[in-house]
Amino acid sequence: MSRTVAYRTIDAIWRMESPKLIAGLTRMVRDVGLAEDLAQDALVIALERWPESSIPNNPGAWLMTTAKRRAIDLLRRNKVGGRKYEELARHTSLYTEADIDGAIDGEIGDDLLRLIFLTCHPVLSPEAHVALTLRLLCGLTTDEIARSYLVAEATIAQRIVRAKRTLNAKGVPFEMPEGEALKERLSAVLEVIYLMFNEGYSATSGAHWIRPILCQEALRLGRVLAEITQDEPEVHGLVALMEIQSSRLKTRVGADGEPILLKDQNRSLWDRLLIRRGLAALERCRRFGRPPGPYALQAAIAACHAEAASVAETNWVRIAALYEALSRISYSPIVELNRAVAVSMAFGPAFGLQIVDALHNEPSLYGYHLLPSVRGDLLMKLERYEEALVEFERAAGMTRNERERALLIDRVTECEQKVKPSRE
Amino acid sequence: MRFMMIVKATTDSEAGAMPSQELIDAMQKYNEELVKAGVLLAADGLQPSSNAIRISYPEAGGKPKVVDGPFTEAKELIAGYTLIEVKSREEAMEWALRMPDPHGFGQGEIELRQVFDVEDLMEDPETLAKEAALRKQVEQQRKA
Repeated sequence: MSRTVAYRTIDAIWRMESPKLIAGLTRMVRDVGLAEDLAQDALVIALERWPESSIPNNPGAWLMTTAKRRAIDLLRRNKVGGRKYEELARHTSLYTEADIDGAIDGEIGDDLLRLIFLTCHPVLSPEAHVALTLRLLCGLTTDEIARSYLVAEATIAQRIVRAKRTLNAKGVPFEMPEGEALKERLSAVLEVIYLMFNEGYSATSGAHWIRPILCQEALRLGRVLAEITQDEPEVHGLVALMEIQSSRLKTRVGADGEPILLKDQNRSLWDRLLIRRGLAALERCRRFGRPPGPYALQAAIAACHAEAASVAETNWVRIAALYEALSRISYSPIVELNRAVAVSMAFGPAFGLQIVDALHNEPSLYGYHLLPSVRGDLLMKLERYEEALVEFERAAGMTRNERERALLIDRVTECEQKVKPSRE
Repeated sequence: MRFMMIVKATTDSEAGAMPSQELIDAMQKYNEELVKAGVLLAADGLQPSSNAIRISYPEAGGKPKVVDGPFTEAKELIAGYTLIEVKSREEAMEWALRMPDPHGFGQGEIELRQVFDVEDLMEDPETLAKEAALRKQVEQQRKA
């Protein structure tokens, strides 16, 4: 094996194994920063040795044993108080070869879950959640995280260092929350994953709409989470939502990078495999027989679109009802705006417009380009072109996305052409 | 990026012989690992070629020729596939290497193939940068 090939293989192994390594080591040394350092030390040793010898049969177990030895050495040398050493001694049989063999049953699954709860802990800021999660649970490098968020590498590096320091300073334990706390913390984790997914799915600014690595990592993490949590229907709801939304990734952007709206997308290009997986996840979620949570409802809406052969054949009545249910359990003006669109499709634009107009004084929608954009669309359908034109102009002035602005300006022109003949 | 791990057919799989319990267990465990790593997209096993048909077009623009199975050259047939979504070619290779020997008896063979995905090429910043450099080079050559 040539050196380059060996390095690339080691890199791949590292990305596969590092979350499990860091999770197990954190349980051992109770310090996520130190755990990451120890895991990195093991990686350095692997980089020195593996190209010379060969890659061991069970590289995950090798890395874990090596890191564990380093941990014991370090703790002995620093004479870190008896407590940590005792704790360590109790876990000397930490992960047998069979355990680490890629599977994440039982203990390893629990440690991974504890690690996710740690990186999504409420003492950290939302930016820190995402950066730390991508780093420790997805094995992304600081540079990759920086590129996907279009910020400087130093910014991300600093964010991660600070986050680890905060966790230490606040004495955040490496534990599994229980009862009500578990629900709350889990919903925080789901929020982080969905935030990550959305950041990739629709970048808020710049010329590129899709930053696929974030979508992929969020989806992968969601799939892992669905396997290591039990009795949590919303995890499956979120996975269903992300699978179905991912099925449209390829059709959301045209050849010149312009956005393509759902109604104009070529449905034959939607990824049927991901849709099927999404529907299966939704079914898993439904089998719990509990009232659907916000992710399950959004997934059910996405499923309606996925199952429809065209806009006209879409079950808009069901979508409007699902939005109403969503609005009831987690009201937000954005959900209302979406409900307005669904209602207009199901019962006519005039009914949709009523809902939109009720949002007119909503402070949180101030400056949000989709409000005038949707209003303009409904007015256009009602043939009130002059009013629609004004709305599209407002929307174009608000959006930060260049491609979207171009699309809105096209609609202004469309309205102008409709208005002109009636004036002549 | 997506990869397909194709398990080739053997005299056993073509004869419809069930694999040993040991192999079934190992395969199941392996599939669980794929699921729990969040990389498994789909996996299926195929029935022997004895109930397959083969359609060929011996003449360009001519009518299809249909031949009933079984087909003889087992090594060129497939017995199953596993579709995974991974970060790199190396990761796909790692997973393929971790798959248990699918048949034993010295006939086991797994073929790893990458699935075409234009988006991967289009959106990868490195590829984009390379492409931009290449375009520039082509333009300069034209001007020269």
